[in-house]
Amino acid sequence: MKTINLIKIAWKALQRNKTRAFLTMLGIIIGVASVIAMMAIGEGSKQSIRNQISSMGSNMLSIMPGSDFRGGVRRDNSESQSLTLTDLKALQTKSATISYISPQVNGGGQAIFGSNNWPTSIYGVGENYTDIRKLEIASGVMFTENDTKMAAKVAVIGQTIVENLFGDGTDPVGQTIRFDRIPFKIIGVLKEKGTNTFGQDQDDIILAPYTTVQKRILASEHLRSIVASAKSEEIADEAVEELSDILRVSHKLKANDEDDFHVRSQQELISTFSSTTAILTILLVVIASISLVVGGIGIMNIMYVSVTERTREIGLRMAIGGRGVDILMQFLVEAILISVTGGLIGVLLGIGSTLGVSTYLRWPTSVTSESIIISFLVCAITGIFFGWYPARKAASLDPIVALRYE
Amino acid sequence: MDKTIIKIEEIKREFLIGNETVRALKGINFSITQGEFVTIMGTSGSGKSTLLNILGCLDQPTSGIYELDKVAVKNLSKNALAKLRNEKIGFIFQSYNLLPRTTALENVELPLYYNKTVSSKERKERAENALSLVGLADRMDHTPSQLSGGQQQRVAIARAIVNDPVVILADEATGNLDTRTSYEIMALFQDLNSRGKTIAFVTHEPDIALFSNRTIVLRDGHKIKDNPVDNINIAAEALQKLPIEEEL
Repeated sequence: MKTINLIKIAWKALQRNKTRAFLTMLGIIIGVASVIAMMAIGEGSKQSIRNQISSMGSNMLSIMPGSDFRGGVRRDNSESQSLTLTDLKALQTKSATISYISPQVNGGGQAIFGSNNWPTSIYGVGENYTDIRKLEIASGVMFTENDTKMAAKVAVIGQTIVENLFGDGTDPVGQTIRFDRIPFKIIGVLKEKGTNTFGQDQDDIILAPYTTVQKRILASEHLRSIVASAKSEEIADEAVEELSDILRVSHKLKANDEDDFHVRSQQELISTFSSTTAILTILLVVIASISLVVGGIGIMNIMYVSVTERTREIGLRMAIGGRGVDILMQFLVEAILISVTGGLIGVLLGIGSTLGVSTYLRWPTSVTSESIIISFLVCAITGIFFGWYPARKAASLDPIVALRYE
Repeated sequence: MDKTIIKIEEIKREFLIGNETVRALKGINFSITQGEFVTIMGTSGSGKSTLLNILGCLDQPTSGIYELDKVAVKNLSKNALAKLRNEKIGFIFQSYNLLPRTTALENVELPLYYNKTVSSKERKERAENALSLVGLADRMDHTPSQLSGGQQQRVAIARAIVNDPVVILADEATGNLDTRTSYEIMALFQDLNSRGKTIAFVTHEPDIALFSNRTIVLRDGHKIKDNPVDNINIAAEALQKLPIEEEL
């Protein structure tokens, strides 16, 4: 029989049992739609993490203290004091691969202005910090090297601080706020940056010279971390190695000693978070695939029913010249038609629900063409796989018996 | 010279049921020439269904020779048998075996779907012609449920002649019909026969056999009678002699 006729006949057969065909498709529809939606959500969050991390500065390098090892006791990284101003000096003078470098110390506390107050963090950084983190000044200025040297009590604040302390519309620049009872004169306001992927409000920040924060607030000499920017994104990996070498010398580590610090580029951060979301995506897709398999079993079930129901039709078709392969193809095409039609509807539903998720829940999503192609192929394969056994049963019937089947 | 359509020699058919061998046909010989209208009669268990299955190439004899339109059927593959059925045989069944929820026209088109040499245009034309021939030109778009038993059997007959077969095999084709409709169907068969169609008609009703021109009787797997019918009944005339049904 010609292929086009096979498809026509199968389509007619499905139309004779519209409700049943639709219910059978439903399993596939839900399966495909959820695979596509899950992959879109997974891909979307992966992309958004990548964008967020790049927006922090794609050539940014961060140096964190490693786990400290003293008297046989390993200590938490944040308590570790392995990064010092000496390290900063060494990096500043010896490195050829970095353009900016800034130490970072931070502490939490209550910021107060007039009758308003707000719990926040103060970041003690160098004057290059805004260049490294790609922060922009909305009004006023960033503090200078001189302010750092003098440990001046000046600060640059983020938008969240502005909203909470200067809600009445007062221009913050020139005002003085208190943080931990220390007065800071505001000399600049940062542009809004929003929440990052990790749920952290990047505008809830007060920047002050690290010298000021170290002396007045933390009363500590050690650095929480050092951030730097490589001269270009391409040499970021090279810079990681160079900085590590400089720090190993500065820390007087022997050849077989472990590093007591970590130097990370943004690329590493991206791949770390990407792999986390990749695992999540795989999990979601596996769950969605299970529903696709369940849908396939539904097809198999209904095709068996159909073969039994139409035993006489099969007998007749054989009697008037239908070969085994014709009968096999007829039922196989029917099964494939169910799964592929279900797949098409599922793709549309998947794209639709993805749009819904991104519009109403504001989740980052991205429907990839691969996910559509893959789920569509899986559908067709499901149809063939689960339609095969019922179709073969039909094709192997004895026409004499089938014609007399009651 | 008369053309032989069906030639069977010493046909035997045995079935193995459990450990017992059932011999359904015990050596049958006859031939049917073109233009004959043969009824095959016999009580149930006489082997006539088995014979019909063999004649219809749905089953193979255990031994013996069967030639259909000069083609030796024995040793043909399943696919070759299907092709033979498609091109040379028209089947008519007691219970019509029409596809439900499918129009008369599509039902009649069915055998031609399995013949790749027939285009879709030709398929439609031939099906329309066949339906006109059985008097259902105005019922082409009706589904079986919208047709009476007699009309359904006419659709089945149209389906059996649409492929222009060398022989029409009818299995108790009037078994589900009342006398009047049976006679109408037999009139149609006689009409087809007068147009040169060869017909082999299995029945157990002696009055139906009188419409054919030859009767073969089977009993216990043997042929016990093979006579020409002396006084052939004309179905159209018999129909007129039937008492007129009471109007309701």
